[in-house]
Amino acid sequence: MDLDMSINAPHSMGTTIIGVTYNGGVVLGADSRTSTGMYVANRASDKITQLTDNVYVCRSGSAADSQIVSDYVRHFLHQHTIQLGQPATVKVAANLIRLISYNNKNMLETGLIVGGWDKYEGGKIYGIPLGGTLIEQPFAIGGSGSSYLYGFFDQEWKEGMTMEEAEKLVVKAVSLAIARDGASGGVVRTVIINSEGVKRNFYPGDKLPLWHEELEPQNSLLDILNAPEPMNT
Amino acid sequence: MSTSDVELPPKGGFSFDLCRRNEMLSKKGANPPSFRKTGTTIVGLIFQDGVILGADTRATAGSIVCDKNCEKIHYMAPNIYCCGAGTAADTEAVTDMVNSQLQLHRYHTGRESRVVTALTLLKSHLFKYQGHVQAALVLGGVDVTGPHLHTIYPHGSTDTLPFATMGSGSLAAMAVFESKYREGLTKEEGINLVCEAICAGIFNDLGSGSNVDLCVITKGHKEYLRNYQVPNHRAHISSKGFTFPKKTEVLLTKITPLDEKVEVIEAGDAMEE
Repeated sequence: MDLDMSINAPHSMGTTIIGVTYNGGVVLGADSRTSTGMYVANRASDKITQLTDNVYVCRSGSAADSQIVSDYVRHFLHQHTIQLGQPATVKVAANLIRLISYNNKNMLETGLIVGGWDKYEGGKIYGIPLGGTLIEQPFAIGGSGSSYLYGFFDQEWKEGMTMEEAEKLVVKAVSLAIARDGASGGVVRTVIINSEGVKRNFYPGDKLPLWHEELEPQNSLLDILNAPEPMNT
Repeated sequence: MSTSDVELPPKGGFSFDLCRRNEMLSKKGANPPSFRKTGTTIVGLIFQDGVILGADTRATAGSIVCDKNCEKIHYMAPNIYCCGAGTAADTEAVTDMVNSQLQLHRYHTGRESRVVTALTLLKSHLFKYQGHVQAALVLGGVDVTGPHLHTIYPHGSTDTLPFATMGSGSLAAMAVFESKYREGLTKEEGINLVCEAICAGIFNDLGSGSNVDLCVITKGHKEYLRNYQVPNHRAHISSKGFTFPKKTEVLLTKITPLDEKVEVIEAGDAMEE
């Protein structure tokens, strides 16, 4: 019962997640596939989670672990915001995630990328990989799809990009990873955070650029035979 | 001997020692007895004015069908129901527990329960037990913020979806939803689609079978449709049913009186008023 085993496997996110700083803010990006073994449990999941008004986090690894960590950190940040009387900084958010990831490293299996904007330091990206270390980075990539992207980012990332350039880079990178990584797929979601606020964008899977040997999306025989059309996402 | 050699018992928290022992035993080839599982098809979808939940009614223990008409749609709150798949004892226990926590919460706040409250209670319990509480749930309900549908996995992760399937028949049911679901279904269309999805599980998955249970939840109203469809008649029963017009014949009657050997021993004072 191989198939059965894989369905009962823990729910994890073979993922591509990205955070990029640009001139004035940050862009976060992620695919939307959640899988249990070989089965896609959710093809439109949202891996970019809100922590506060100005801080978001990209989640990868075990879905249960990353959800519990971000739920805790959201709770702590809300308390912190009330006590402080002003918005929490990105650094505080990242440090809380680090604390939880490090203190419970034996129980957790999650890598997170925190991104956001605050008035003290502007747009900032922090990576918190598996062991619970905190790294401030100009750009961060994570999840199973990231292995296909290291060289691409070394070449393509430039200091002082505009918002449009940075978002274009993120969407291109996630679509490249989706094309090569079986555990990543679905749609591309982005979140742009700067002094103006937050903007969420959504790029459907059939509108993404086509890469090497990929085919144009086309209607299946089922559609030609007048069957009800599958939902578009 | 230095004191550091002595292994101290853990100071608090859960002990997973027995879980680790069982893992080791099963790796060595020991076969523990199987639990009653609901190898199941459970589904849910959001339609134009609420949520519809659906489930089959087969419970199995290994390859034996041990209940042909069990209930898998559990009551959580007047406006929230929850379908359970996995180990029957666990789904039952976890839903009952959250049901009473929600009831107490309602007494405390004097407000209608919200679906996210149930979701958080369920997921924190399941996460705490690290997947050892084998309950895979589809949670649906309508609260002050509108209709909601969530799936909850045994490890404590949750998804929020417009249509969801769970259990061993989830692949068959999801195939139906993926090809026919659209936004803004009417109640009638929704019920038919959920039925079709459950039937796909009943007929194509060995772990699922028997009848279709439904639960339709709308704002301020719910309908629990037990055995909405009965697609598995017992074909070998005659349509007229069996009757036994001649009463069972009495061949012999012999009454043996018991020897009365009752001794009454006077002890203590007689009862007084």
